[in-house]
Amino acid sequence: MADSPHIDRRQFVNVVLAFLGTIMGVMVGLPAIGYMISPATKVQKKDDWIPVGPLEKYPVGTPTLFSFNRTTVNGWEKTVNSFGAFVVRSSPDQLKVFSNVCTHLSCRVNWNEGVKEYICPCHDGHFDAEGRVTAGPPPKPLREYETKVENGNVFIHFIES
Amino acid sequence: MAAKVFTWLDERLGLTPIYNTVFDRKVPKVNWWYTLGSATLFLFVLQAVTGIFLSVYYVPSPDHAYESIQYIMNGVAFGWLIRGIHHWGASLMVFFAFIHMLRTFYYAAYKYPREVTWLTGVVLLLATLGMGFTGYLLPWNQRAYWATTVGTEIAGTAPFIGGFILRVLRGGNDLSAVTLARFFAVHIWFLPAAIALIIGFHLYLVIRIGISAVPKEDD
Repeated sequence: MADSPHIDRRQFVNVVLAFLGTIMGVMVGLPAIGYMISPATKVQKKDDWIPVGPLEKYPVGTPTLFSFNRTTVNGWEKTVNSFGAFVVRSSPDQLKVFSNVCTHLSCRVNWNEGVKEYICPCHDGHFDAEGRVTAGPPPKPLREYETKVENGNVFIHFIES
Repeated sequence: MAAKVFTWLDERLGLTPIYNTVFDRKVPKVNWWYTLGSATLFLFVLQAVTGIFLSVYYVPSPDHAYESIQYIMNGVAFGWLIRGIHHWGASLMVFFAFIHMLRTFYYAAYKYPREVTWLTGVVLLLATLGMGFTGYLLPWNQRAYWATTVGTEIAGTAPFIGGFILRVLRGGNDLSAVTLARFFAVHIWFLPAAIALIIGFHLYLVIRIGISAVPKEDD
């Protein structure tokens, strides 16, 4: 047998077993992996115009916080997330809306009227009224929402990633 | 290379003697009825693996148990498959353990020197039925709820201590969130741990004593 150019019985059995074993392993393993990562593959993109209220509600000069909730279905449960946005009117015909999520590590910033800056309580990040970083660790300016005004009501374009 | 690594490990771990003892033991000429123990063992491993996977999404609380299973069935990729295997594997495991016991009984394989193997097997069969009883409640649907109501009520009919047993099973007078939580704990920790340990002992005895031959006419 040792001199035979053909594979012997034992080698043949080993090859067949390895082949079938691989197929069976894939057939069992892939569904198992799919089962584990399934929720991560089903994150729906949320994209909505959210009413923020009438424009005259927001004073010129002082950034004003607007809070809203978004409900998402996660698995067998609904999850309510709170979001905040600062409505900024530096002049009567100007309107900007910034997210209150700090760009450093996602704490929520507060407007400090004394220094005229947004200050993040976690690591002392500072942003000016237009959301630009003035001090501290934040790498980027505050995220700005796209806005529109319809019949005197303000809407922000909310995109959750 | 692989052979070198194996030789190195084998010298230190003694793998070859283990392999020879466990798989290369001498066995009498037997028949297909002798495969039932291995089949039951395979089903136990299958139940353990699918059960571990189910615990990723299942929540043992009256608020969420039913919804979390709906989510497994409809929301999770292959969730229907994993739960289906666990569901049918449960019935099959009881069935195989039972006919494994019948084979042992009819071949008189429980006699000397295998009495202890038989006794551990009895405990294993009862523990398997316990797995069925506790697992049945976990879907928290009407059938689960009333089956457990009836099951615990039956336990409650025992003389003198029946009421106490019923309250221990339910964790109180009523079938409640406490019942669901304790059935879950028993289903995924207490009974599987006990079964795994006793299977180890059962197999040790099988390997140590060897399996019995098929009885002949004059036995």
